Amino acid sequence: MDAPDHAPPVRDGVHVPRRHDSAEKHVAGRAIYADDAPEPPGLLHGAFGLATIAHGRITALDLDPVRAAPGVVAVLSADDVPGENDTGPVARDEVFLAASEAAQSGDVHFHGQPLFLVAAESREAARRAARLAQVSYAEEPAVLSIAQAMEAGSRFGTPYRMARPDAEGRDAPQAIEGAPMRLSGRVEIGGQEHFYLEGQVAMALPGEDGDLHILSSNQHPSECQLIVAHLLGLSAHAVTVEVRRMGGGFGGKETQGNQTAAAAALIAHCTGRPAKLRLDRDDDIVTTGKRHDFVIDWEAGFDATGRIHGICVTQMARCGWSLDLSNAICDRAMFHADNCYYLPAVEIVSHRLRTNTVSNTAFRGFGGPQGMVGIERAMDEIAFALGLDPLAVRRANFYDPPDAGGGRSTTPYHMEVEDCVIAEIVDDLAARTGYEARRGEIRAANASSPVIKRGIALTPVKFGISFTTSFLNQAGALVHIYRDGSVMLNHGGTEMGQGLFIKVAQVAASELGLDLDRVKITATRTDKVPNTSATAASSGSDMNGMAVRDACAKLKARLRGFAARHWKVAEAEVEFLANRVRVGRKTIAWEALIEAAYLARVSLSATGFYATPKIHWDRDAARGRPFYYFAYGAAVTEAAIDTLTGESRILRVDILHDVGRSLNPAVDLGQIEGGFVQGTGWLTSEELWWDDTGRLRTHAPSTYKIPACSDRPRVLNMALWEKGMNRELTIRRSKAVGEPPLMLAISALHALSDAVAAAGDYRRYPGLEAPATPERILAAVERVRDG
Amino acid sequence: MQGPVCMILNGQRVDVADVPPTTTLLAWLRERRGLTGTKEGCSEGDCGACTVGLRELGPDGKLVTMPACACILPLPMLHGREIVTVERLAAPDGRLHPVQQAMAEGHGSQCGFCTPGFVMSMWCAYRSEPRPSPERADALLAGNLCRCTGYGPIVAAASAAHDLPRPEWDDDDAAAAPTRLATLPTTALDYEADGRRFIAPVTLDELADAAARNPDATILSGATDVGLWITKRHFAPATIIWTGRVAGLRELKEDDGTLTIGAAVTYREAAARLAAHWPDFGKLVARIAGAQIRALGTVGGNIANGSPIGDMPPALIALGARLQLRHGDKRREITLDDFFLDYGRQDRAPGEIVTAVTAPLPGKGLHLGCHKVSKRFDQDITSVLGCFALTLEDGHVRQARLAYGGMAGVPKRARAAEQALIGQPYTREQVDAAAAALSDDFAPLTDMRASARYRMQVAQNLLLRDYLERTTPGVETRLAPATEGV
Ligand SMILES: Cc1cc2nc3c(=O)[nH]c(=O)nc-3n(C[C@@H](O)[C@@H](O)[C@H](O)COP(=O)(O)OP(=O)(O)OC[C@H]3O[C@@H](n4cnc5c(N)ncnc54)[C@H](O)[C@@H]3O)c2cc1C
Ligand code: FES
Ligand code: FES
Repeated sequence: MDAPDHAPPVRDGVHVPRRHDSAEKHVAGRAIYADDAPEPPGLLHGAFGLATIAHGRITALDLDPVRAAPGVVAVLSADDVPGENDTGPVARDEVFLAASEAAQSGDVHFHGQPLFLVAAESREAARRAARLAQVSYAEEPAVLSIAQAMEAGSRFGTPYRMARPDAEGRDAPQAIEGAPMRLSGRVEIGGQEHFYLEGQVAMALPGEDGDLHILSSNQHPSECQLIVAHLLGLSAHAVTVEVRRMGGGFGGKETQGNQTAAAAALIAHCTGRPAKLRLDRDDDIVTTGKRHDFVIDWEAGFDATGRIHGICVTQMARCGWSLDLSNAICDRAMFHADNCYYLPAVEIVSHRLRTNTVSNTAFRGFGGPQGMVGIERAMDEIAFALGLDPLAVRRANFYDPPDAGGGRSTTPYHMEVEDCVIAEIVDDLAARTGYEARRGEIRAANASSPVIKRGIALTPVKFGISFTTSFLNQAGALVHIYRDGSVMLNHGGTEMGQGLFIKVAQVAASELGLDLDRVKITATRTDKVPNTSATAASSGSDMNGMAVRDACAKLKARLRGFAARHWKVAEAEVEFLANRVRVGRKTIAWEALIEAAYLARVSLSATGFYATPKIHWDRDAARGRPFYYFAYGAAVTEAAIDTLTGESRILRVDILHDVGRSLNPAVDLGQIEGGFVQGTGWLTSEELWWDDTGRLRTHAPSTYKIPACSDRPRVLNMALWEKGMNRELTIRRSKAVGEPPLMLAISALHALSDAVAAAGDYRRYPGLEAPATPERILAAVERVRDG
Repeated sequence: MQGPVCMILNGQRVDVADVPPTTTLLAWLRERRGLTGTKEGCSEGDCGACTVGLRELGPDGKLVTMPACACILPLPMLHGREIVTVERLAAPDGRLHPVQQAMAEGHGSQCGFCTPGFVMSMWCAYRSEPRPSPERADALLAGNLCRCTGYGPIVAAASAAHDLPRPEWDDDDAAAAPTRLATLPTTALDYEADGRRFIAPVTLDELADAAARNPDATILSGATDVGLWITKRHFAPATIIWTGRVAGLRELKEDDGTLTIGAAVTYREAAARLAAHWPDFGKLVARIAGAQIRALGTVGGNIANGSPIGDMPPALIALGARLQLRHGDKRREITLDDFFLDYGRQDRAPGEIVTAVTAPLPGKGLHLGCHKVSKRFDQDITSVLGCFALTLEDGHVRQARLAYGGMAGVPKRARAAEQALIGQPYTREQVDAAAAALSDDFAPLTDMRASARYRMQVAQNLLLRDYLERTTPGVETRLAPATEGV
């Protein structure tokens, strides 16, 4: 691989803060989302009939009233699925339509589970009719909470364990035992609804031979294709899935879009008519998975500086009724149970709990955030016990910087952290923001403010980049050069607002030496680039950028060879300049080169491929290198609480984040700001609330509160870390940025906790749980005051 | 008069006669007009993805431009009004409007799905007021959710739009709007389609008469409740009677020391007057929903719906408000607290309408404190609302009316707590006694918004906060109010 920064100075190539490629279309209402595509004549609309109990069996089912409703064309149950009635992405444990009309039966695993499917002439008719089914159930006791599942032993597989003894060979319990001091605690962390602004939607268009073309809002078109094919008993080649853009994904369309696509496909298959399903927002929130809620127990042994000697962490995650991606998510929670800290002797045990609730799924950070909240709580509580600034304790535990050779760089999963720049980032941020002085000032000011209390916290992030399921770390691309010199770009990554398309187009522009406007970005389609991985794990631009680079390199090699032959110069004398090529002494316009190459019958189309190097993972031994590299960042947050109501505000946030050599600084800053605010929502106002019968009662924006405009930090200073540079040979030495910034929001939780502590004159540890709603904050205020 | 719904859509007159009266503007735009720039994010007025510009001529004949949620707006409510969608903003030659350009250049969109809605909210403000401060932008945009950007770039764009050249095409269009609107009928509407009727009288007598004759009809004002019954519960009544065209119901009057608010006065219209007399009431109104809902939701609807968590009733009850009702030509007036009988039950006969609410203007020594607590600061439904009207004299409480929302099945006065204060010196001890008495007044419920325990504790603490605010002005008692204005 050649020097990464050798690129001709094209317009809007890499490292330029180009705006989103669709920005003009977004603001003009001209960007086309799946529901905006022109509707073909004869389009049918689908709606699910949903279960109204959390657990039990169907004993009788009468769908005739549904059939008789105006506008209804078909009512489909498990009986109508020609292939496998399952949409599970990893395990085949996810029944698609739970009810069988013929057998008058079906098992119900959660309140809101799809039982059957209605197809009608209008969406309204389908939704109305879906409510008319007569269903009788034999209810069974439901396992709803983490506590209930632990009690009942309701889990997927056996608990997974990751452990490493310290240099003296002591395991974690022994190291804890031998440490000068010990402390244990528990933290509860709520889940999170994605609340992508565009809900789940798909439209299926039947073609000849029973083929289907599906427009889906989906982060994983290739998986959607396979699931639909299995469901209908077709080969994958009969199903094409296309995704131009999503109105937000955040992990919520990594597997959860498949159910909607499957429904549209089944209707189209059974009726021969085009079909669309767009979930109503309430149904979307009820029927699709969310971020896993966790309870984390920890016990640590440490010394007077707060340095940890040994730690045991038990992570309990609510997975819901089916496995979905829970194993990988819970693994990642374990991989981030250390965050930036070297844990000399460590044991992490993970319980993946099966409950009668919707199946939890991927969400930005993919378990990492929960794992990190656990260790950050331990750091904070240890500092409190020692009367130290939590930042001092955090610093005392950081992994060694690169090449320090201090023996503190091995993770709990035996990977060496070779790129740990967190100490430098934190020092820089603390200095820039006057963290220490402000901490003192806030404490002083709190003494004279009886009602409103303020708090401050600085927390770091280290986030592992790569899919921890190693085979997923592959990507493909397809690049065409047309005869007029314009370029069409396609790859396996999907655009959900994260700016992947523009970044990859910038890569293509720089690789080919063309201005960006010569490169056209096109919809992701399974018939262009096959067998792709989900656009997830922050890996989109790392992997697809590299795949595109590979394709461009092939094209350039062909063109170089052609030019050398054609103009009779050595290949070394062919140089790609901006929009031109130097061939010997001549300079030839790109268009002229392409035309000449075409006439000489040179192929102007290439595929590209990339497989992330270096990574490997032995799950049984819990050992390996699951990550290619780590991304780092840190944030200082200042927040205030009202000790009479528990309300809170985030006052000021300062972020310093390492994105390596940014492919597009504007896009990266957008990811940081958006990720941070989304993280604060998770940790403050976003509360999922199930009633005793297992019904989710916060199933609409009226009750589920994501941050609104005025919840953004009043003062927000963000900077990309100037020294950032990926040690690994990633695309242009950039680093992934999609997920890591979300975890910067953990600083907000700790700032709130610091403010609560002030209410009790810093005498008792607040033990603030997430989400820190007004109610939880007020409860914590009561606790610290009672002491 | 039987006839079609007559409106202006993006500058063109459109008469609609063929859709059921409960068809929402959003569905109609997207499915019938092919205008897919307006998005559906929730279909319940909460996310703002469906925001459009709504124009009408105000009582003074001046053009009013306000944001509205198309998703919960029954189409016949556009009779006599103009709708502007995102497709209309750019110049005919394709140049972007300054609000669009500022959003695009300022990285205000990521996935772009919320973007048309934000653009429309910003456009409405651009047409009506100067460059917004960040606090003002918070108020203007509280009804628009974005899950991607974190809002910073959007707020910046709302301001930056004012640095760009004026869009002459848009100014010309605004200048022409009153003439266009004047071509629309001003008479009553009687619209029928699909066997269902939508009646929009223009006089109070007609309205009262229509309601009395159709006791089963649904009275409709701003549709910010009824619209959700339509989209979420498939509500499709045989007859709807809309109050929105009755000029007499849209009046705000002051005389003889009394403020009269017509039932169809919107939050947006009432806000300034309420804020002028009772500053805290003004702040409370600013925290009701977002700009789109405040433009349509009415004071009368907020009372008539009987909700225990509506924000207007506690404040009005604390002020000693009275409610005016009318059944045919029978008029009556009751105290507002007597209207709320029990959860889901009000003192209103079928066919009877709410016509106005009156409140005595503040007398000497009276101060109203309003304290809304919700999970999220803006655009959230109340967990607990405490509205306290106290008249203090020589350090003693002469009069106290303490009204709460979220504490019972109805908005309700805390009589025991009031008694603990009235006639007593206004001290911390008395306030504590009043707080303790709240457990005689209320036994709140636990739900997804808050637990019973939290509600009670906050209800008590709010009395203390109110006391601190009245007695120790230097003490900071509220987190800096984020938004500015309605
Ligand atoms: C996103 C969103 C946020 C909201 N936030 C808040 C909030 O923060 N605080 C709050 O208090 N409310 C909130 N609401 C609800 C609030 O907007 C409504 O309660 C509103 O006040 C109802 O007024 P309307 O004119 O829209 O009533 P409509 O929906 O038109 O009618 C409501 C009810 O009142 C009846 N009705 C209306 N007018 C009359 C009349 N003149 N005589 C007899 N009956 C009548 C109707 O038949 C119906 O039963 C919110 C709503 C939404 C959608
Ligand atoms: S679609 Fe969400 S407010 Fe209308
Ligand atoms: S840009 Fe995606 S929701 Fe706002």
